[in-house]
Amino acid sequence: MSALRAEGVTRRFGDVVALDGVTLQVEPEECVALVGESGSGKTTLLGCFNRLTVPESGRITVLGDDVAAVDPVRLRRRVGYVPQDGGLLPHWTVERNVALVPWLLGRSDGPKRAAEALDLVGLSAATFGARYPSALSGGQRQRVAIARAVAAHPGVLLMDEPFGALDAITRFELQRAFAELRRRIRATVVLVTHDLREAFLLADRVAVFRAGRIEQLSTPELLQREPATPYVRRLLETAGV
Amino acid sequence: MTPALAVVLVLAVQKPVVVASKPFAESYVLAEAFAQVLEDAGFVVDRRPGLGATEIAFGALRAGDIDVYPEYTGTGLLAILHEDAIPDARATYRRVASEFARRWDVHWLAPLGFENTYAMAVRPQTAERYGLRSLSDLGRASPQLVAGLTPDFIGRPDGLPALERTYGFRPRAVRSLLPSVKYAAVAAGAVDVIDGYSTDGLIARHGLAVLEDDLGLFPPYEAAALVSARLVHELPAAALALSRLSGRLDVRTMRSLNRRVEVDGEDVRVVARDALRELGIVASSARVETAPRAGGGIAAYLWTHRADTARQLGRHLLLVAISMACALLFAIPLGLALERWRAGAESAVRVTGILQTIPSIALLAFMIPLLGIGILPALVALFLYSLYPIVRSTYSGVRDAAPDAVAAAHALGMTGGQLLRHVRLPLAAPVIMAGVRTAAVINVGTATLAAFVGAGGLGEPIVAGLALSDARMILAGALPAAALAIVVDLALGAVERAVRPAR
Repeated sequence: MSALRAEGVTRRFGDVVALDGVTLQVEPEECVALVGESGSGKTTLLGCFNRLTVPESGRITVLGDDVAAVDPVRLRRRVGYVPQDGGLLPHWTVERNVALVPWLLGRSDGPKRAAEALDLVGLSAATFGARYPSALSGGQRQRVAIARAVAAHPGVLLMDEPFGALDAITRFELQRAFAELRRRIRATVVLVTHDLREAFLLADRVAVFRAGRIEQLSTPELLQREPATPYVRRLLETAGV
Repeated sequence: MTPALAVVLVLAVQKPVVVASKPFAESYVLAEAFAQVLEDAGFVVDRRPGLGATEIAFGALRAGDIDVYPEYTGTGLLAILHEDAIPDARATYRRVASEFARRWDVHWLAPLGFENTYAMAVRPQTAERYGLRSLSDLGRASPQLVAGLTPDFIGRPDGLPALERTYGFRPRAVRSLLPSVKYAAVAAGAVDVIDGYSTDGLIARHGLAVLEDDLGLFPPYEAAALVSARLVHELPAAALALSRLSGRLDVRTMRSLNRRVEVDGEDVRVVARDALRELGIVASSARVETAPRAGGGIAAYLWTHRADTARQLGRHLLLVAISMACALLFAIPLGLALERWRAGAESAVRVTGILQTIPSIALLAFMIPLLGIGILPALVALFLYSLYPIVRSTYSGVRDAAPDAVAAAHALGMTGGQLLRHVRLPLAAPVIMAGVRTAAVINVGTATLAAFVGAGGLGEPIVAGLALSDARMILAGALPAAALAIVVDLALGAVERAVRPAR
């Protein structure tokens, strides 16, 4: 059974069709990258999986549950999420930020979970746990945001341009850290990015979005070898891969 | 039953007679005379001097919150009945007496005996330079003069418009001045001519020349006790006692009483007592309690009046605390609700802002028919004036608090309530507190106006001091009020630092 499914999902914002009957299945522990230009629909689809976006038609299931039928707050606590800007709570310490979801779930092992999660992203709880986000570098903040997303061991991890705001070297380091993280946790990942190289580096399959539709969905190798449309071919040329 | 016991019983069951005045010296003197005459006749008196303006004093009388205050027939005719001036004083009295009784069951006792009218006053050197003796002279010279006139005089049809019509009075400029500052302004040469009353003591104090009304423009108005329905119907003995003053105060007497208060700085109670004794209206053995007059500077004055100051400060704090507490309980939830409902938010915040622009005297006057006088209308006014800074800062503070962090916490499963309590409110707290501080400091200042509706507080000596031209009395209210504002600001500053989240 697929971990995540979108079936014929449509969503409009005013006159703009953000998603136009998109169908996508993500297998357990697979990482799928959603690639495309701004406004192509990739972030809108990501939001459907934790019900930040409500589709007009179509069906979304997460770990077997129809998201329209479950409490969105409980759904979100089961789904890890990393925004582009980190979105750390500025008045909470790193430890408290990372322990957010265990705390929301009413669990008492928050500090332990936080320490483990920080270790997964290569940060020491002893060094960083008591700091406030303002005392961290951009890369460290993004590591903390990833640790926060995985601290409660969610089965699904949604990432919205998680490395987009970082400088090239930091981005490279975080991409490596993420690849390492994936080896150590068992999570299904959807990664939104506009960077085709990043998608090829990190994802098992890549979905190319254009105007609310998936232009091509395949492994990086197949995509490179057999671009399905002129648009994908052009995208590959622009990215230089 | 012994007479003494009877008096005690009467005092115990009787609601006091509430005697009020408007905020100028002559009104204070007359109200004090009313109060002493009533006390002499065995009534318990509650003094509420310095009620803000005609609308507030008359509104309170109509509503039955006060029982008597001194008023002028011309003011009754023009400012309350909104009718045209009648040139004859007796006819004016007859008109207001019958109309007030018919419309509101409010009654004019027989006039006190002196006539008062507008008097245009100039400095002697101005009079000499332009050859001013009469209002006709003033009209001729007016293009070279700057007039400092009370808003009342500028607006009343028998004031500036009549002066223009009859004497061709067209000054180079008209400055609107409050009664309390106009004498100082003309004495300092900041304006050339002011409007006064013929009985003002300050005309003599500043050695001003009064110009003769040679064409008989300003009709003479009579002063009289204006009394409530309750006094007439339930306490006719009180009305009777007050009528002992009717016809007894001639213009010379009144002018000299005003001068003793305004120029010599004598205590209103003493001046009123002396007058009543001289007129044989109260026994010469009657005692009034007066504070000993302090010599020296403001410090000595404050020390002498420390008990009054403490009482006024206590009342002031009470007004500020209750109105601020209500404003917080209302404005913070309102600001939060508006943040949820952004479509109408700006308009709603703007409405609270418009409240801020209503002049406080006008707001207080509006509320008299609903709430009477005393502490309640003052609290409502202070509450309304405190809303805007708190609503604005709550709304903006919560709206702009770390939107990225709020979005991320929402996406990770925080409920709306958790977001508010753990994220938005803590992050907005410093901004909200800044609004609360602003509101509190404004509130401390505005609460001095509570004295205009008889609610007491540190405005009491300010209002009385302005009316009686007593700078030390003004400072006795203004200095503690300023100190209180600073203390409140510092205290709330400490709260603000305490609620500022670490980050």
